[in-house]
Amino acid sequence: MNALGIVGGVVQPVLLLAAAPLLAGVLEKVRARLEGRVGSGIWQPYRDLRKLFGKEPVDPGGTSEMFRLGPLLLLATTVVVAVVAPFVTTAPAIAPAADLFAVAGLLALGAVALVLGALDTGTAFGALGAGRRLTILALATPTLLVAVVALATRAGSTNLGAIVSATLDDPVQVVSPGSLLAAAALVVAIVAETGRRPADDPVTRQEATMVHGAIVLEYAGPDLALVQLASAMRLAVLLGLLANLFVPWGIATSMGAAAVLIGVGALVAKVAVLGVLVAVAEVFVARLRVVRVPQLLAGSFVLALLAVSAAFFLT
Amino acid sequence: MNVAATFLAAALVLGVLAALAGSLPDYVLKANLRAPAAGLGTALAGAAGVVAGIAAMTGDPYSASVPGVLPLTGVRIELDPLSGPFLAAVGVAAVATGVYAVGDARSRVVQSVVPLFVIAMLLVPAAGGVGTFLAAWELVAATSLVLILVEHRRSPEVAVAGRWYAALSQLGFLTVLIGLLMLAGRAGDSFADLRDAHPSAVVAGLAFVLTLVGFTTAAGIAPLHVWLPRAHTEAPSQVSALMSAAMVTLGGYGIVRIGLDLLAGGPRWWWLAVLGLGALSAVAGPLRAAPSGDLKRLLTRSTIGGMGLVFVGIGAAGLFAAAGQRVLAGLALTAALLHVLGHAAATGLLFLATGSVVRATGTRELETLGGLRRKMPWTTAGFGLGALAGSALPPGTAFVSVWLLLQALVHTPPGTGTTIGVAVPVAVAAVALSVGLAVSALARAFGVGFLARPRSAAAEQASESPPFLLAGLGLAGLASVVLALGPTLVLPALGTVSETVLGEGERAVTGAITVRVAGVAGTISPLLITVALAVALALAIGGTMLLARRRARRAVPTWDGGAGPAPRRATTFAVPAYSIERTEGRLWRPALAALNAWGEAGRALATGSVHRYVGYGFYAVCALLAILAVTR
Repeated sequence: MNALGIVGGVVQPVLLLAAAPLLAGVLEKVRARLEGRVGSGIWQPYRDLRKLFGKEPVDPGGTSEMFRLGPLLLLATTVVVAVVAPFVTTAPAIAPAADLFAVAGLLALGAVALVLGALDTGTAFGALGAGRRLTILALATPTLLVAVVALATRAGSTNLGAIVSATLDDPVQVVSPGSLLAAAALVVAIVAETGRRPADDPVTRQEATMVHGAIVLEYAGPDLALVQLASAMRLAVLLGLLANLFVPWGIATSMGAAAVLIGVGALVAKVAVLGVLVAVAEVFVARLRVVRVPQLLAGSFVLALLAVSAAFFLT
Repeated sequence: MNVAATFLAAALVLGVLAALAGSLPDYVLKANLRAPAAGLGTALAGAAGVVAGIAAMTGDPYSASVPGVLPLTGVRIELDPLSGPFLAAVGVAAVATGVYAVGDARSRVVQSVVPLFVIAMLLVPAAGGVGTFLAAWELVAATSLVLILVEHRRSPEVAVAGRWYAALSQLGFLTVLIGLLMLAGRAGDSFADLRDAHPSAVVAGLAFVLTLVGFTTAAGIAPLHVWLPRAHTEAPSQVSALMSAAMVTLGGYGIVRIGLDLLAGGPRWWWLAVLGLGALSAVAGPLRAAPSGDLKRLLTRSTIGGMGLVFVGIGAAGLFAAAGQRVLAGLALTAALLHVLGHAAATGLLFLATGSVVRATGTRELETLGGLRRKMPWTTAGFGLGALAGSALPPGTAFVSVWLLLQALVHTPPGTGTTIGVAVPVAVAAVALSVGLAVSALARAFGVGFLARPRSAAAEQASESPPFLLAGLGLAGLASVVLALGPTLVLPALGTVSETVLGEGERAVTGAITVRVAGVAGTISPLLITVALAVALALAIGGTMLLARRRARRAVPTWDGGAGPAPRRATTFAVPAYSIERTEGRLWRPALAALNAWGEAGRALATGSVHRYVGYGFYAVCALLAILAVTR
């Protein structure tokens, strides 16, 4: 652990946590404008959080600690990922935790914790959403893993920092077939993991079509604030990871105020661009039927598998 | 005196004593004393087995032979590092189930046969000759069959399960017998002779394929896994725990012992077959686990997935060894061995927790469970821990072993040939899918079975199990936690094992808190990840308390989109799994029909006439003599 790693370990989670609601606000604003509405301001998510944190915490009847632990674990796992993965710097704060498999596992653990919280309520919509979410998770996590393995094979390491450094050293690799296939697979997996269209609809008001919405249906007050904060941060984390794996330029590789500031700026810019792209795509893409979502994910998994094969054969 | 041998002997003596205590009539040993005597005896035998395993991994090899105990070959014992992890795995499972059994008094048959089953399983990795190995193997098969059939009065399903198990385990034994005799017929009985024999490629290949059939059957590897979900489901829970945690791993032991040790590796196609079958099971097991409505059946299928990962590791090790990649081979084998240990602890815990549930509610159906966390908090905690340990999520037990396996696969240098270039991506994909599906299946089992609200009167009125039973869960849980947070305690020893099996090479794994992979770049620390997660969780709780202006929580009725609380069905998903279910039926039905037709045809030969049978014997002997005269 060096100085750059420590700086990154502090700056990254603070930045991602603080700016995540803004990302959600920007996405909503872009979407509203494209649909011809004025929309709420980009700071609305912060006002929502403030309001929710001020409400009385409630426990739906018959729920246990698991219900309360779900949002907390979702946030905690995302924070750990924000600390270890390369967002602002390539030097990981905790090197033995910056591994691809650890990061994928932590993200899955957070999702599972929230699903168990939903199942704990014993409601019909909770179980419905939980089942759908687990099916998506069962396919999206492997896609994420295999797609990044394609990049790891090339870099000779599963450490995410090392993968990003390897891309910086050899920029031509970004346009190799394996890398492009992996990028396509990763985009689909991230869209599904973060509950955006076409896998899920973040703005639907119909419970029967929800995935993420059905899971968090029973949460209210501070618990719901945690869920919203963690979900926004998860989106920021996954988009940041996608950006830095394929377009790592700007990330700080050496210690220095200028380098870290550039790193912060580059991350914010990249995540903003990707976020706007997600929002634009959402306006034009319809939501898939729930039974079609596994097929979409299976397709992206095959792409990821092809990416690994390409990484082995076309080098 | 060799430590490993001493403790193995102690384990055998304790096991026999426990079996005797379990079979004593009531007027000698009262029924309420019999369960503790047999259970604790089994647990002590298991503990001795664990010590013997550790000593075998770290100490000097030991071999001994006692002629005359078994006809023709005598008993040969050989304890080397490879025996160690499997002795330890059997031992851990035996300790947990033994203590569990004290609180879960069963029939006299279970009490007397389980200790024999345990010592038979300890003898398999300790055997040093073909005769001893086969005898121990058959003893495992016979005792486990008796244990599966114990509850035959409960339902006709038990008899069906017993038939499947008897047929397939004996088929497996037969192929192993033929394969090993092909080797032993030329070289001699002891494993040392077999190592020096260097059989021709055809003989070695045939022997490997035959033993592979037997060992994959025993390990529950597809397509010969069909007995496992049936048999493990119908056996008493303590027995299913032993079978799923320990017995199936012996199949993996057999492949490593025969293929990598006695035959010293082999051509690539052997290991491609092992890897392919492993990958198939690793995916199909958890895929079919997801829609299972029966809690035990769900666990048996995740067992199949776990063994699939072990076989992927073994296959990759063999493949890398055949390609001259010693470091990667050592890494893959170490991963497989660590997965065996983690599997024993986690699966043992899951089955024992299920046993506790079945004991309290009388049902295994997820549909009629639910809401157990209030009535059975310790069992719920045990199952939750087991589910975390069994799925490869950090900080679970399987996390490090799967990570090690991925390291071996990811670091395959490009250009090692087309076979490896195709096999490795497929293996990576299978491992990743297996992990995702297993997480989904186990999370569903835990959430639907233990959380939510009770969906039946039985689940409503459940009460927590007695202390000894919970202590059994606790021991298995302790083993899981130790392996999850401190894999570095066992990894150096497992590295030595792979070193001895694969020949000279670098120590695969080093490091005290962080697991460091030697030869390639790779570090991971489950302990640090857990600490980081705990700190982040504390910060999240603290932050919420700071931000939230009102602290006191109020209970409110559930909303459910306006529908309000009502009992719900548990089965809501798992669409893709059904097509696999159909494929399996399609695969096995023609095979069974063909066997039936063969049996019907055979009936014409057996008319009941004694003259006919004598005639058959006469002609068979003449034909045999004629063949011998021509070939010799």
